[in-house]
Amino acid sequence: MSKFYLEFEKPVQELDNKIIELELSNDPNQSDINSIQKLKEKRFGLIEKNYSGLSRWQRVQLARHPNRPYSLDYINFFSPEFIELHGDRYFMDDPAVVSGLGKLGDKKVAFIGQQKGRNTKENLHRNFGMMRPEGYRKALRIMKLAEKFNLPVITFMDTIGAYPGIGAEERGQGEAIARNLLEMSGLRVPIVSVVIGEGASGGALGIGVCDRMLMLENTWYSVISPEGCASILYRDAKKADDAAEALKPTPKDLMEIGICDRIISEPNGGAHRDFVAAANELKSALLDELEQLSKIVPEDFLENRIQKYDKLGYFQENA
Amino acid sequence: MSWFKRKDKKFKDPEKKSIPDGLWDKCPSCDEILYRPELEKNLSVCHHCEHHFRVAPQVYVDLLLDKSSETHLYQNLESKDFLKFKAVKKYTDQIVTAKTKTGEKDAIKVYDGKINGESVVLGIMNFRFIGGSMGSVVGEAVSRAIQKAIKDKVPFLLVCASGGARMQEGAISLMQLAKTSTQLAKFAKNGGLYIPILTDPTTGGVTASYGMLGDVILAEPGALIGFAGPRVIKQTIGQDLPKGFQRSEFLLEKGFIDHIVSRSEMKEKISTLISLLT
Repeated sequence: MSKFYLEFEKPVQELDNKIIELELSNDPNQSDINSIQKLKEKRFGLIEKNYSGLSRWQRVQLARHPNRPYSLDYINFFSPEFIELHGDRYFMDDPAVVSGLGKLGDKKVAFIGQQKGRNTKENLHRNFGMMRPEGYRKALRIMKLAEKFNLPVITFMDTIGAYPGIGAEERGQGEAIARNLLEMSGLRVPIVSVVIGEGASGGALGIGVCDRMLMLENTWYSVISPEGCASILYRDAKKADDAAEALKPTPKDLMEIGICDRIISEPNGGAHRDFVAAANELKSALLDELEQLSKIVPEDFLENRIQKYDKLGYFQENA
Repeated sequence: MSWFKRKDKKFKDPEKKSIPDGLWDKCPSCDEILYRPELEKNLSVCHHCEHHFRVAPQVYVDLLLDKSSETHLYQNLESKDFLKFKAVKKYTDQIVTAKTKTGEKDAIKVYDGKINGESVVLGIMNFRFIGGSMGSVVGEAVSRAIQKAIKDKVPFLLVCASGGARMQEGAISLMQLAKTSTQLAKFAKNGGLYIPILTDPTTGGVTASYGMLGDVILAEPGALIGFAGPRVIKQTIGQDLPKGFQRSEFLLEKGFIDHIVSRSEMKEKISTLISLLT
């Protein structure tokens, strides 16, 4: 796949190109090897410096970087034995979400993840990761299966929202999401959710009610996409950068208001620059969370789950 | 613009003759001009076409609860601008404007009271308060209402009217979907009866949470009910939407609500449902 560079990644692109050029030269001498090493150090420093001050909007752009790993990338990396399970048993299979059984380390788990496509053809098939009611019902079916066989559930969120279409409404998009929220809140196995890219609205939350809410470093999660917010509250979709600032949707923001439980750091420059490192980091965080949750009996983690959501809210109450 | 226009300023266009402000309403559905006192006497339902006008929470209190049986609960809950949210307007200003406009503190009021002698907890949303949007206050009020219904072992009724989650509260508004649904799950486990009454409009986050989670789901005639708004869908698919799309009757046909109930018979129908289920 061709490498894509965001506007603020351009300075890194120059160094990338120089390094590749030197690495590809047929007969690198010692001085070439030294310059490669130097350039790599320079690149590392440059990224460290530039990325420490990313705006929220730039973070949103990283979250939707075309080279960013998607759900299936992580699932296949974690679990070579992964078996995908399809269909909601009522209407159809929704390819915007993948679900199935596999392993994380030596733990048996159920995976559910919103799946974007890498190119136009794939995206048409995956509907750009925008789920329809069938997707939420499939996800719920797999969660119930996991509950029956006592497997923890891991969900990966990566969507700009549930699909707004005629058919989706006719088949009860709202009902499908609502049902998942209700059922997930009482699911008798641990649920760990991770925002691996974008997480917008009920479309993301429909697979995101959980015991532990994790976010990769370069992701966002909010009630609506910055573009959607801009077109409604600024009456101008081009004000998405302002909307991103106002919504405060980054992992750090959400940690401060109590929604995010843990931020998973990404390799220098983002998960798309070193997939294996990113995936390993995520894997160890997930294993750690599952280990902690496995020590709690269902009655307790279910009560904690209710309490966790009941605490989320900021209001005043003066008698 | 009309083709023929009276040039002589001495004559006034009879259609444009001034009518005392606030005495007449035009029915958005059949265009009839309605005398407001008559309209209000008829529960703000058009005499000609049964169009149900959007009404203030007090109308439902008077309509549903036995006279003087109600206690207003959690009435000191107020929104807080914890994100310091500012778009074209500041969130703090929007709250102040909405409070002045409606005389209410937020987009929901919760009561305990009686319906034909049966105790219930009743929540009523108000679309005129920032589009009936669900932020922390609505989420908290619904959550407390459900907990009260669990404790008192009484049915919970919720008149919904909302454009969805309150964007000005960012991801916290999204979390109210989970917060309320989680409490409803607990209520269901305790055998509680929950009946949402969907009114015009009920969309977005409310549809994707407590709007669609009733044991029995009622809706007023002609109410817009859906997850995505019609404008967003139209933009996405680039074609016109079918007539009656996302209206109560459409949802009934598609199997997503149980019963359409007009305002005049709402109390009796709810009362009957409660007596049959509890």
